[in-house]
Amino acid sequence: MINLDPKIPKGELGEKWTQYRGTMNLVAPNNKRRIDIIVVGTGLAGASAAATLGELGYNVKAFTFHDSPRRAHSIAAQGGINAAKNYQNDGDSVYRLFYDTIKGGDYRSREANVHRLAEVSVNIIDQAVAQGVPLAREYGGLLANRSFGGVQVSRTFYAKGQTGQQLLLGAYSALSRQISLGNVRMYNRHEMVDLVKVDGKARGIITRNLLTGKLDRHAAHCVVLATGGYGNVFYLSTNAMGCNVTAAWRAVHRGALMANPCYTQIHPTCIPQSGSYQSKLTLMSESLRNDGRVWVPNKVEDAEAIRKGQKTALDIPEEDRDYYLERRYPAFGNLVPRDVASRAAKVACDEGKGVVATGLGVYLDFASAIERYGKGEAHSKGIHNPGKDVITKLGEEVVAAKYGNLFDMYFKITGENPYKMPMKIYPAVHYTMGGLWVDYNLETNVPGLFALGECNFSDHGANRLGASALMQGLADGYFVIPYTIGQFLSNEIRTPKISDQLPEFEQIEKEAQARIDRLMNINGNQSAESFHRRLGAIVWEYCGMSRSEAGLKKGRQLIRDLRSEFYKDLFIPGTKDEFNPELEKALRVADFLELGETMMVDALDRNESCGGHFREEYASSEGEAARNDADYTYAAAWEWNETEPVLHKEKLEFENVELKTRSYK
Amino acid sequence: MKLTLKVWRQKSKDHKGNFENHQIEASEHMSFLEMMDVLNERLIEKKADPIAFAHDCREGICGTCNMVINGKPHGPMKGTTVCQLHMREFNDGDVIVIEPWRAAAFPIIKDLVVDRSSFDRIIQAGGYISVNTGQAQDANSIPIEKDVAAQAMDAATCIGCGACVAACPNASAMLFTSAKVNHLALLPQGQVESSKRVRSMVKQMDEEGFGACSNTGACEVECPKEISIENIAAMNRMYIAAVVGQQDQV
Amino acid sequence: MSLTGLFLITFLPVHLLGNFLLLAGDGGEAFNVYAKFMTGNPLIKFISIGLYAFIVIHAIQGVIVWRVNKAKKGSRYAVQAKNTNWAASNMGILGTIILVFILIHMYQFWLKMKLGWIPPVTIDGVEMSNLYATVSGIYSNLFFVIFYVVSMVVIGLHLSHGFQSAFQTLGLNHKKYTPLIKALGTGYSILIPLGFAVIPVWMYLAQL
Ligand SMILES: Cc1cc2nc3c(=O)[nH]c(=O)nc-3n(C[C@H](O)[C@H](O)[C@H](O)COP(=O)(O)OP(=O)(O)OC[C@H]3O[C@@H](n4cnc5c(N)ncnc54)[C@H](O)[C@@H]3O)c2cc1C
Ligand code: SF4
Ligand code: FES
Repeated sequence: MINLDPKIPKGELGEKWTQYRGTMNLVAPNNKRRIDIIVVGTGLAGASAAATLGELGYNVKAFTFHDSPRRAHSIAAQGGINAAKNYQNDGDSVYRLFYDTIKGGDYRSREANVHRLAEVSVNIIDQAVAQGVPLAREYGGLLANRSFGGVQVSRTFYAKGQTGQQLLLGAYSALSRQISLGNVRMYNRHEMVDLVKVDGKARGIITRNLLTGKLDRHAAHCVVLATGGYGNVFYLSTNAMGCNVTAAWRAVHRGALMANPCYTQIHPTCIPQSGSYQSKLTLMSESLRNDGRVWVPNKVEDAEAIRKGQKTALDIPEEDRDYYLERRYPAFGNLVPRDVASRAAKVACDEGKGVVATGLGVYLDFASAIERYGKGEAHSKGIHNPGKDVITKLGEEVVAAKYGNLFDMYFKITGENPYKMPMKIYPAVHYTMGGLWVDYNLETNVPGLFALGECNFSDHGANRLGASALMQGLADGYFVIPYTIGQFLSNEIRTPKISDQLPEFEQIEKEAQARIDRLMNINGNQSAESFHRRLGAIVWEYCGMSRSEAGLKKGRQLIRDLRSEFYKDLFIPGTKDEFNPELEKALRVADFLELGETMMVDALDRNESCGGHFREEYASSEGEAARNDADYTYAAAWEWNETEPVLHKEKLEFENVELKTRSYK
Repeated sequence: MKLTLKVWRQKSKDHKGNFENHQIEASEHMSFLEMMDVLNERLIEKKADPIAFAHDCREGICGTCNMVINGKPHGPMKGTTVCQLHMREFNDGDVIVIEPWRAAAFPIIKDLVVDRSSFDRIIQAGGYISVNTGQAQDANSIPIEKDVAAQAMDAATCIGCGACVAACPNASAMLFTSAKVNHLALLPQGQVESSKRVRSMVKQMDEEGFGACSNTGACEVECPKEISIENIAAMNRMYIAAVVGQQDQV
Repeated sequence: MSLTGLFLITFLPVHLLGNFLLLAGDGGEAFNVYAKFMTGNPLIKFISIGLYAFIVIHAIQGVIVWRVNKAKKGSRYAVQAKNTNWAASNMGILGTIILVFILIHMYQFWLKMKLGWIPPVTIDGVEMSNLYATVSGIYSNLFFVIFYVVSMVVIGLHLSHGFQSAFQTLGLNHKKYTPLIKALGTGYSILIPLGFAVIPVWMYLAQL
């Protein structure tokens, strides 16, 4: 077993980072100029890292498969970003943010990392504002905050419903500045297809130029991966179409470990699938659950009639509706955390009470809110005995002011008016807490290989709280890696420029080429897309919202079969030496087919339920998740192996918080 | 519904392009891009070359998707990207003509995919505030009027899709450039360098081969984020002032 | 473009005011005196040379912009959508028609006058060209009346875009005032050409 040393610095929790930073090895400015760093991925984590490393004076080469850094998936984040600023004076603090994140993650993350995240969160907001990110403001000109699920303070900063876009554009502008200054060389439309190690250290990558198909070698003193999450292993998710695991998975093939791959977040409020042609799912912000009430019909017959189009929601009288969240979780009601709300929706649909044609959908109803707001408005306007029409009209206006853009988006996609008919929603894959195993320095077990942002496993444990992925990506990129990378590089100042003519580069390039040729030469009959869709269905069915031993075993076998079919019957049109999106897809699906199996293996290993990982065998009598702290307080880091992935464990030590059962009843 | 698609096919920038006709049966619940997916799946089944088109987020924010549908960048629906467009906007029997963005500064890569790296270079020329990581003061130390912040936000919502260039008969990039110039100039943090910024960004824009603005207003009509051409006027004003008051070389 | 355009815009009302003397109903006396003044005064001469120069520069600029922009667009769409008003995207065509009009117009009145082809008339003892007679001669021809009226429509369209466009280019816009400028532009581009168009129609009808 590999010894996974998390390298947590000594000292009090609150002092660790400050002390460590103050005593860490540094690289002198004249040496920085001689050191090359490769950053793969220019989303929030990668762009902020590349820009900051460039500012420090390193020679940075940055890569993205997108046509511009501004297209990274981070652009799609809607809700906001957390920071322990306590601008609202509502009792927030670094410790509270730390505690909420540990608890939200169901006690499966590393204390020291999470505390550091909470500490630097405040700097992120300062940095973003200095860059010109137009965060929302109050009339006094100061920054505004909103609340997010699972916490009792208002610490979320936002820019309308486009927080991710604005933060990414901020990081992109900082990156653009370093590009124009010559400190960063940007390679757009270059996909990393392999990692090169020399003497055990990560020293470079092989990329495929997506326009010409040419493979190139890039050498550096170290490699930083910030390539995002792998939610698209499910095919249908709220992730952008291009999100993939390839960079991380290639690193796993070269010795890095994949930690906790089965921890995936299923977001409860997404627009349900409408047909087999569906290509992706769209998130409807969590904020809607502040005013929307979730329900399904009490009677299966009613649900059936609705599915057949013989009845609508409006035909179901109040007494025949089951507001199941309010019923099961009276204390939190519709505002239970994401994992709980998602599972409850699945239970309702499994009972045959789903309200869309596929059977997979529940109502999110705003009628009560419209009525409540309408009455309030009428009262404050001094209208006595208002008619139903007046109330509805006034109420709709209030709801429109709060959620107008979301309602419009819903209407554009479904063609249904959510003011008149309840929204239909269903959970969808949204985020992956698992990722490359990294230590406190964000370094993987391969020396010189670092991982940032969603592609590492570091901070969210088994469940992520809303608005903290943006925080983590930017913390890693702006405020952690620029320091911790020095721990590795300070020992490399005598290492001359790494040559891309070393035999290791030649060998790995050959292997990458062979992998491409292998896929191109299968010349079967099925598209990469069709394999992807089938893989997604299997992973969703057996390793989605609820998992069981039998199901996971079956799912694993199905994936193995699918994988062998893939290598026999894949068809890729076109050639490898041209712009060929189908080949890109095929290479990514090949990696998903291995990752998918590893997820099943990981979920099988974890004989407990925690956060996003729910094993049917490990539930309380009321059907709630039951953790097993005695046996599973570890991060499971997997070494890939075609026959049987190998488990390595990092024991999680909790010195500052007490492990408790989460309850929302 | 049954549709006839006339799709632009072009192997590369150096090849000649032409329209190709396809018949397709679509459901009104599909998004436009899902309809294209279905068509591509069918082409692949026949071992034919699928139609290359750009897309990623499929929710109207990344700015990747780009198609001119019946002459309109991003199609017939106002304030909407192609990926958000659904087939219920079309009728049974419609003939739909699909073309790529057309502008010399956006060379065609393949079929409907174009190269928009010129936009990146415009940003690199000055679309930023020169502040290093760690140099920032407390975020609340500069209050910004709510309305001003909101105006900056409106300009900042540009997704860099290039529909403005595609719509413009002159292939001018004024809307894109001015949105960024104005977003930064409106904020106190950004005002410091605004004169230098506007000069270098406009210079880069001209070097990239975008046309001159003749104020047709087509950009504003087709912009999926409904960015206003007031930004262009504001940039013109800043530009004139910056050039008249210029003391250094850009 | 915007600066030369704005200069030409200021010229039009002056020209129109003078022309209204044609309708003075005094057999052309006032108009002929005015015409003589306009051709004789050195300051006016100087301004008019400037005017011709601006017309030429404006036209040359127009041709350059049109050619460069066409090249920058590359190819055109197979389907042309309606996303601008027609005038805005056809300023070049409108401008070309206007140029042709100006040439004919200059030939009919200005050149003939310069070459002394216009019969003299004596007013208050001063001999001068009877430009009025020439004008009313031309405006008795229905063909020319229509030609002038159509040209004015073209000028109106050109102005309808040009007026506010010039302000936009110069960055002279403002939340409060831009709608005003737009309204002014629309009013201007209707009233001025209308004013010009009334003259031939009036004179034609008066001679029936
Ligand atoms: C719809 C939606 C809404 C969200 N809303 C929120 C929110 O409100 N708050 C919040 O905190 N979080 C939110 N999240 C989560 C958050 O957006 C992401 O976790 C985060 O942005 C990930 O950032 P990243 O930099 O790690 O990766 P990404 O932004 O995904 O960037 C990955 C980068 O890697 C590049 N790349 C990948 N593979 C390769 C390769 N092989 N070669 C070269 N380049 C490669 C890509 O081109 C890209 O540049 C949301 C997520 C979704 C899906
Ligand atoms: S201004 Fe509008 S049309 Fe132009 S790039 Fe930005 S979002 Fe697209
Ligand atoms: S695919 Fe992202 S905006 Fe259309």
